[in-house]
Amino acid sequence: MIASEPQQRPSTADAPEPQATHPVVQMTGISVEFPGVKALDNVDFRLFPGEIHALMGENGAGKSTLIKALTGVNSLSGGSITVNGTSTRFNGPADAREHGISTVYQEVNLCTNLTVAENIMLGNEPRRFGGLDWRSMRRQATVFLKKMGLNIDPGSSLGSHSLAVQQLVAISRAMVVDAKVLILDEPTSSLDTDEVKQLFTVMRQLRQDGVAILFVSHFLDQIYAVSDRITILRNGKLVQERFTRELPQRELVSLMIAGTSDAQVGQAVARNAKEARSENAQPLLQAVGLGRKGAVQPFNLDLYAGEVIGMAGLLGSGRTELARLLYGADKADEGTIELGGAKTKLRTPRQALGHKIAYTSEDRKGEGVVGDLSVAENIILGLQAARGWTRPLPATKASQIVDAYIKALGVRPANPNALLKNLSGGNQQKVLLARWLATAPKLLILDEPTRGIDIGAKTEIMNLVSELAEQGMSVVFISAELEEVLRLSDRIVVMRDHTKVAELPRTDDVDVPRLIEIIATGEETK
Amino acid sequence: MTLIYKHRLFWPLVALAALLLACTIKRPDILGITVLDGHLFGAPIDILRNSAPLLLVSLGMTLVIATRGIDLSVGATVAIAGAVALTFIASSDHPASVGTALGAIIVALGLCFILGCFNGMLVANFGIQPIIATLILMTAGRGVAMLITNGQITTVASAPFSTLASGFLLGLPVAAIIAYGVYLVVALLVRRTALGMLLEAVGINPEASRLAGVKSKTLVFTVYALCALLSGLAGLIFAANTMAADANNAGLFIELDAILAVVIGGTSLAGGKFNLSGTLVGVLIITTLSLTVTVLGISPLVTSLFKAIVVIAVTLMMSTRLRTMLAGLRERRRFQEASA
Repeated sequence: MIASEPQQRPSTADAPEPQATHPVVQMTGISVEFPGVKALDNVDFRLFPGEIHALMGENGAGKSTLIKALTGVNSLSGGSITVNGTSTRFNGPADAREHGISTVYQEVNLCTNLTVAENIMLGNEPRRFGGLDWRSMRRQATVFLKKMGLNIDPGSSLGSHSLAVQQLVAISRAMVVDAKVLILDEPTSSLDTDEVKQLFTVMRQLRQDGVAILFVSHFLDQIYAVSDRITILRNGKLVQERFTRELPQRELVSLMIAGTSDAQVGQAVARNAKEARSENAQPLLQAVGLGRKGAVQPFNLDLYAGEVIGMAGLLGSGRTELARLLYGADKADEGTIELGGAKTKLRTPRQALGHKIAYTSEDRKGEGVVGDLSVAENIILGLQAARGWTRPLPATKASQIVDAYIKALGVRPANPNALLKNLSGGNQQKVLLARWLATAPKLLILDEPTRGIDIGAKTEIMNLVSELAEQGMSVVFISAELEEVLRLSDRIVVMRDHTKVAELPRTDDVDVPRLIEIIATGEETK
Repeated sequence: MTLIYKHRLFWPLVALAALLLACTIKRPDILGITVLDGHLFGAPIDILRNSAPLLLVSLGMTLVIATRGIDLSVGATVAIAGAVALTFIASSDHPASVGTALGAIIVALGLCFILGCFNGMLVANFGIQPIIATLILMTAGRGVAMLITNGQITTVASAPFSTLASGFLLGLPVAAIIAYGVYLVVALLVRRTALGMLLEAVGINPEASRLAGVKSKTLVFTVYALCALLSGLAGLIFAANTMAADANNAGLFIELDAILAVVIGGTSLAGGKFNLSGTLVGVLIITTLSLTVTVLGISPLVTSLFKAIVVIAVTLMMSTRLRTMLAGLRERRRFQEASA
């Protein structure tokens, strides 16, 4: 299925002419299986020296698994790996590292309480007289830092630096062993624009030095800014390997998403403007002067059935804290909540659930997923909790519900007995949505439901939200991506510095620049 | 074959079989059961009866461990239950009557339940680490038992009460019937209701469970109360066996045996997924060990060493890391052979 054999190396403006025509890494027919999941199915992949190669695919496509197969974290059920022309199989990341293949993960795996120099040289410390040679360690570390364009004190503690610097230190550490191959797994997800630029400069420098870089990112712009070649995976299978410059962005997206024609991409959801609420409509939930010290300043908010309220604001602006008060995940210390006109105390999630309110946390792993339970158990957990332990859900009814949601939300793999931890992020999110939808909520609060998941799952989830509102559910939709908020919401609430600063109906003159203005200044320019 | 080999209880069952086999080699008739006065006798019956207290304690411990907790106070609770029951009987006017025995049982279990609630309150409501919270009762509990018995080893004679340990019903020891009956009831309760799943959810991810509406505090509270209640029952069987309340030695180190049984049974101390059938096998291994030591004539001086070796062997064979390492070695060898 490989469409374009690279007969010649890419000649993008800033790409160097190739030194080598033989791949440094060649993976052939790779298959990896987990219990209940076939994560990779006969995938070919190759990596040439002096190129930046992007690995693309939806969540669950097999990107991480391919990387782990290369570095020996996952054992193969089929296929072979050749590095520098010799057939190889690594024991684990450390073994791979010794053979010149270094990996830098999404979450920086360094010791923040050690110094920068110690972190860089960890495992390769220069020794003298049986002890550590501290001076030489710093000197060597400085050389690597210089290469990264970092001018920081190697003796300073790593924790005192920004995430971006830590990321670059992690790459310096990867280069200590004279890496021929550098794997960057979503290195940019926690960096801001300037920091990303700095990272790209370093990546281009390394490419010039002949290092092969495998780059994974969810941001299409970044892929096009820096990569030479793209390998696309879908559902654990290889789709295509292409030159970046010959692959239009739209085509790339459609290759990543199964069964989506070009036209659908990018404009998947555009909710029709709602007809005006009737004058005497009763709010489903009314928050009056609700607040919590140190979390949210007192605010008023009315939520109506069939409406989507979008919440915009920066991370830490109080948008999550507000949502948690509405759900009773945190206790409010002032103000009241009225449900259907009656004053109600929401002190625990359990009470909120009893009032048909549901909440998915932004921290999917820490506050949503129960990884060692099966998909089925995770789906019925909320429903079962509401019934109490003495009244178990009848097995037939449970499997009906589970099967229905797995089908409706397109959970992959469609195996109710697979452990949830073995599913990809996007599919875990779908399972969590199923957990809440199974409780038939009247109010659904979604905190960053689309974070860290691919375009396909994003589109599906946004379409679902839109559908649910159509059916009369009240939805609170929190997202860092203003485009998403604008597309979905009937009204938009803007948070800034723990305060609700604006509430606007979505009209044609509300657009991203205007929202940014409010988020930045706290007031509207008229 | 590979399926059996990979079953999580494969190695514990092999260990149990090996221990029994060692006994049979030494004394071929040891596993025989004889009928005397309509009662069953023999080593297997002894194992069933002797395992009764440990099974009860381990049952509670499994549920506590499933919620990411641990209960160190079970040994002290065993001592308190015995002290209360025997002191109650000793101070009554009709020590030999059935009513007195029943009263003693109810009072002792009631007090143990209250102690369990105390543990549960410390852990669930005040958020004290389980190991610290139960350490309080572990150390203070024996003092309470001493207080109850006035520092004496209270000995009484009460035929109805001693039935708990030495009586027979339908040819089987009463102690075994109680323990295995309770085991069945709890196992059914846990797996036929949603209790088991909710406990596991709380153990795997407490915050996610709370946000999913699970009443985690109530659940955690309940398992500590239940664990103490079961330990109390074990304490009654202990006391009925000797008819003497020894505040210092009753149930000594039973918490460690119980934790061992749970771990051998494949339940992780990190909480979450638990396995009651595994705990049963663990209890049987630990009880059988004592029998094996006696039968093989191993010197009492090295008994604990022998126990340790068996436990190490079982836990090592069950370790997933060790198994992956072994599997990795095999795969590597195959790979080398293939590429050679």
